[in-house]
Amino acid sequence: MSNVVPGLAPEVPLSLPVPVERTLPNGLRVLLLRRPGVPLAEVRLSIPAAHTDLAVADLLSAALFAGTETASMTEIAQRLQGVGGALGAGADPDRIALSGNSLATGLPELLEVLGDLLKAADYPAGPLAVEQSRMIDGLSVAEQQPDFQVNRVLDERLWGDHPYGHQQPTAAEVAAVEREAVLALHASRIHPAGARLIIVGDIDTEATSAAVEKALGDWNGRGEPRGMEPLPEPVPGPLILVDRPGSVQSALRVAYPAVARTHPDNAAQHLANLIFGGYFSSRLVMNLRETKGYGYSPRSRVDHAPPGSIQLAAVDVATEVTGPALAELHAELRGMAERPPTADELDLARRYALGSVKLATATQSGVANYISVLAAGGLPLAWLAEHSERLREVTPADIQRVCAERLDPDRAVTVVLGDGAEIRESLAAFGEVESR
Amino acid sequence: MTVATIPAPAFAIERFKLANGLRVVLAPDPGAPVVSVAVVYDVGMRSEPEGRTGFAHLFEHMMFQGSHNVGKAEHMRHVQSAGGTFNGSTHIDYTDYFNLLPSNGLELALFLEADRMRGPAITEENLANQVSVVKEEIRVNVLNRPYGGFPWIKLPAVMFDTFANSHDGYGSFVDLDAATVADAQSFFDAYYAASNAVLSVAGDFDPAEARELVERHFGNVEARPAPVHPPFDEPDLTAERRESYVDERATLPAIAVAWRVPDPVTELDDFLPFVVLGELLTDGDASRLVERLIHADRTATAVAAHTTFMAEPFASRGPTTMIIQAFLPPGTAIDTVLGTIDEELIRVGEGVEEAELDRVKARVAAQLLRGDDSVMGRSRRLATAEIFHGDAAIATRFAALLGEVTAESVARAAATLTPQRRAVLEVIPGGVQ
Repeated sequence: MSNVVPGLAPEVPLSLPVPVERTLPNGLRVLLLRRPGVPLAEVRLSIPAAHTDLAVADLLSAALFAGTETASMTEIAQRLQGVGGALGAGADPDRIALSGNSLATGLPELLEVLGDLLKAADYPAGPLAVEQSRMIDGLSVAEQQPDFQVNRVLDERLWGDHPYGHQQPTAAEVAAVEREAVLALHASRIHPAGARLIIVGDIDTEATSAAVEKALGDWNGRGEPRGMEPLPEPVPGPLILVDRPGSVQSALRVAYPAVARTHPDNAAQHLANLIFGGYFSSRLVMNLRETKGYGYSPRSRVDHAPPGSIQLAAVDVATEVTGPALAELHAELRGMAERPPTADELDLARRYALGSVKLATATQSGVANYISVLAAGGLPLAWLAEHSERLREVTPADIQRVCAERLDPDRAVTVVLGDGAEIRESLAAFGEVESR
Repeated sequence: MTVATIPAPAFAIERFKLANGLRVVLAPDPGAPVVSVAVVYDVGMRSEPEGRTGFAHLFEHMMFQGSHNVGKAEHMRHVQSAGGTFNGSTHIDYTDYFNLLPSNGLELALFLEADRMRGPAITEENLANQVSVVKEEIRVNVLNRPYGGFPWIKLPAVMFDTFANSHDGYGSFVDLDAATVADAQSFFDAYYAASNAVLSVAGDFDPAEARELVERHFGNVEARPAPVHPPFDEPDLTAERRESYVDERATLPAIAVAWRVPDPVTELDDFLPFVVLGELLTDGDASRLVERLIHADRTATAVAAHTTFMAEPFASRGPTTMIIQAFLPPGTAIDTVLGTIDEELIRVGEGVEEAELDRVKARVAAQLLRGDDSVMGRSRRLATAEIFHGDAAIATRFAALLGEVTAESVARAAATLTPQRRAVLEVIPGGVQ
């Protein structure tokens, strides 16, 4: 019986594909990448939409497929289905994004459908009303989900009057949207200027480029590009308790400052976050899950959005251990500076980070998503190679400096959602508590 | 889309068996420098003992708590230190463990899976820890949210009578608390033999080298007889059954309607039309029930149909089910929706146009191919195909097999979904509206 854990074979160097890139005369930026594997194509389209009305943008996204001047919703759906295709859309404070896929042979047809929708979506009153009531129904369910509830309060607490402070419309806001507002938003914002189309799959880039030009070359109109203000610095303050009577768990959320991908400290921040709570072998998971059994998925992540970055630690724990779990979470956060990661801890996280890049770019959909996410921050896919080199150079001293600067409970914003009657007292130990 | 034009994935598949009975599937594909190693054990929630609901899943957690040469949390640390990810999942009829790593981590993953195939290192302490973790998992996914576990946790009890088929596979807290180290040992002894497992490797590797590594690490795992799977079959319903429950956090009425369908393994040809039917009914805005219930009648806000409790038609045994589930606008009567579903099933039973069927098949093919985009998905699908269908290579032919399903057979399938044979589970929204 072998009993020595085998080492690794020589590392296969990271090899990132380079998309073929062009900008159509109408301003649409197109990135195409041939990636054989399965005979499919993945499509991502991002249209800038800062400072749009959230409810209107959500309804536009839901009803974009509801009909054009010449085709019914059913006809549109049949055309997509016939090529094994599907398209969906969603809105966030920065953009309206479409995402879809089809058999590779059906990509030209999917692009034609996409072009028809962008150029001639008509938002017919009947189907629009259906989507509107479905959104309201969906919100009524979402508003019972702990994660949705706590995020709404956290966004508002962190970002206040910035558009990021209100990222989910209310049912009343959705109900108040008129068809004219959706049509007006489409007319003013659904334009190729500043938009980005990404296609990855088993495609011929030249033929696909021609198909894109044919389908979207005459997509036009004048946009009203508006930038998004940078996110404000998070301001620490009292712990916020969101009462959810009868909740059998408490959702703990601790947000603290982060720097952007382009900041010199980003590589160290990436690794510090991993060590703290960003992967299974992290301190947070080993403590809260594998030692104490307080929660199923303690985690921490860095969110890089176009107007700014934030780190967020999260765990849902049984109501009766709310206080002890939050104490451990804060202690681990503080511990990142007080008990700096050892060289072994750092190397483990570094190897994981380097491997993750390979894993995330190993599929058609993964590459399409990564190109899209990085492009939203103005970075090319090749940035991953530079970032990987920077990860290799991070020292324990870098980690310690980054942790001391930002991983500090006193600079954090803490929101706890749970059964107020059961947990209020245990939270008082953490200082002032503000109830919502 | 005709059968001839349905594309198939283009990777080779090698299969062999070790002396201890372990079946091995290799699917080399140098497309990206990553490799996936999956081990599927032929045991799921249906096989857990009475009084130990949730045990198959709890045991899956225990398989990550260390083994002969691997300490607690070290499996994860080894995989992550190689730049990889890992997980496990427990299903009605199987349990899988999978690792995705940069391709230089192949031998490490094989070593780790072989080590725990010889037996996990379970202690009172790590068992108590994982019972606690599993309870938090159930609180997050079931108890603390609207529609938690709907319908897969409560629907089986409406449809079936035997413990094996009807119990809650996530488990009761009483049963989880009662679990002992001895229970774990006997579960391992009964079901975790090499001869009851399939090892599957997909991605960037040399097959000859992989074969040698597999022999080296798994060849001396003790040979033990595979368990005999008892027949789980029980009689079909002869009259409608209905159950309902109040979900305090639910805001919309919801229903799940389920019928028994042919055995996905022993009656595959008869089962496949139901897979196509599910897509025809609810995939996209052009599908029958989405058009009718959501857009025409506005009696549903969401609807989905699928075969088997966890929507895995090619990784299940019988007895199993076809389920249609719908969320309804507030105040909608469920009998209205049930009546409309009956009407639409009768319409399908009267005949399906070839053009409609071809569109549905194209979408089914694309979705199956999408499952092969990642080598992790591929290794898991190949392994379950080997477990349930005795041939991993059939996983590359499922789209073509579905392509051969005829309009007549889909109509015949729909005609079997009658009100007398159905089980209905209703969620009554609680007081939070």
